[in-house]
Amino acid sequence: MIITRTEADTVAGIESARADFPILSRPVRGRPLVYLDSGASAQKPQVVIDAESTVYSTQYANIHRGLYYLSERATEAYEAARRTVQRFLNAKHAHEIIFTRNTTEAINLVAASYGRKFLEPGDEIVLTGFEHHSNIVPWQLLREERGVVIKVAPVSDNGEVPLEAITGLFGPRTRLVSVAHMSNVLGTILPVAEIVRAAHAVGARVLVDGAQAVSHLPVDVQALDVDFYAFSGHKIYGPSGIGALYGREDLLNAMPPYQGGGDMIATVRFEKSTWAPLPHKFEAGPPAIAQGPALAAALDYVSGIGMARIARHEADLLEYATRQLSAVEGVHIVGTAPEKGAVISFVIDDVHPHDIAQILDNAGVAIRAGHHCAQPLMQRFDLPATARASFGLYNNRADVDALVAAVRKVKEMFGA
Amino acid sequence: MSDDLRDLYQEVILDHGRHPRNRRMIEDANHFAHGENPLCGDQLTVFLKVGPDGVIKDVSFEGRGCAISTASASLMTEVIVGKTEAEAQKLFEDFHAMATGGEAHSGDEFEDEIDRLTVLAGVRDYPVRVKCATLAWHTLAAAIKDEQKVTTE
Ligand SMILES: Cc1ncc(COP(=O)(O)O)c(C=O)c1O
Repeated sequence: MIITRTEADTVAGIESARADFPILSRPVRGRPLVYLDSGASAQKPQVVIDAESTVYSTQYANIHRGLYYLSERATEAYEAARRTVQRFLNAKHAHEIIFTRNTTEAINLVAASYGRKFLEPGDEIVLTGFEHHSNIVPWQLLREERGVVIKVAPVSDNGEVPLEAITGLFGPRTRLVSVAHMSNVLGTILPVAEIVRAAHAVGARVLVDGAQAVSHLPVDVQALDVDFYAFSGHKIYGPSGIGALYGREDLLNAMPPYQGGGDMIATVRFEKSTWAPLPHKFEAGPPAIAQGPALAAALDYVSGIGMARIARHEADLLEYATRQLSAVEGVHIVGTAPEKGAVISFVIDDVHPHDIAQILDNAGVAIRAGHHCAQPLMQRFDLPATARASFGLYNNRADVDALVAAVRKVKEMFGA
Repeated sequence: MSDDLRDLYQEVILDHGRHPRNRRMIEDANHFAHGENPLCGDQLTVFLKVGPDGVIKDVSFEGRGCAISTASASLMTEVIVGKTEAEAQKLFEDFHAMATGGEAHSGDEFEDEIDRLTVLAGVRDYPVRVKCATLAWHTLAAAIKDEQKVTTE
């Protein structure tokens, strides 16, 4: 189902994209689906679904192993996907792209490999107060093992982490800064290039968690000059089960393997083994064979539309949704940073976010309610949870209108 | 509002959710436990004052949660006051069975109490909400056993 819109509502060329996503024409609870949970996981366009299925129906075999036609084809498709990720992030080399299962695994890889090798007891890692658990817990595990110190840049009342809040924590022992490019709860976008410049000036490395950012804004790892950049396929309209870590060649070369097994070795002897060159050193065991090409299809898809155009479209939606939701009495938006991606966390006076989500679901509006894997941030704002609407390239003003209408229904029902 | 939503959010639930009974602390409680639903971050403390005869003289809760969990805690305090610890435990089992789609075991013994609690039976159609409805009861059971912490995971 294509929801009608007026010309003025949309950024030219993007309005037809909704039709590329078959699930969006599926009714839910007897109503057209209004999907506002892309921040948790985005829906997939037909080209991605087809790409994965094509691997299975025409060229499936284990990769990097078989000396036969199908295996060669599968290997080539997988490595072509790596080059697509390279282009997408503008990395210098394809072998700087390590395929992982997701952002979580990419961060764990850096913590386990870079962290164990290069961080000493007392070395400091700087995070922000809005990090996702996947960018907190791996560092805590490292703290337990290596005695590193975790410092947290505080979040301001409107959801910002000013540059000085981060750089103010820098000292002689600062070795690593690990921050989300964009907060999954507040939408806040950090000035990554400035953070990197300041971090490099004190000799610290920077890992950027791009789980949210990649689907909302253009990312150029060379322009940002980051040392590591992590993202997940499933949040950028690609398949689940695959993500990627970008790492600078010299760093990746200096780091020990993350997991051991097949594919990551050059030679194995019981006395001593040697490692395969990049990127394979970090890719033990069979990867997500069919998902590689499907991820490439997703990246080609968004690149075809244009990340800048997607960003403009979503900025328009965010502005519209913020205006409409703020107009409802008793609704409070959590996170109003000027630099913000298309995510709106909100609460309603006297109504728990779970009840909000339940009633919205009944109206066919899918949002998330909970702590969003950011419990320290919930504590910071003294909230048990928030309701969160997150937007994707396929959303439109009609989706926002459905959201706001359902929110009004919640208020009516709870007399709030 | 559609019918299935009305099944879940019956008027009694909305009322108890808005105006919970016995949401207070019992200063001289001799049992208490803290419950948490890690999925949604809801937290709740149940206080009990049990007499030497094993009868629950007073019961209360503190904490904030969704309408379902607040209403469930509120209704719970109303039905278990005056019961013995063993009876409260049986009621917990009956309620749990009801919320998860099973059958009550204790037959007619607590017919009135179960009747009052059936407003919460709607959660059985919403698997993620079952934990909201049972959090207070799990916490009560922990308080009786003097286990000071419980999670619904
Ligand atoms: C900011 C942020 N970082 C990291 C993650 C973890 O990503 P994944 O669950 O795909 O590993 C998420 C997912 O919600 C996120 O929003």
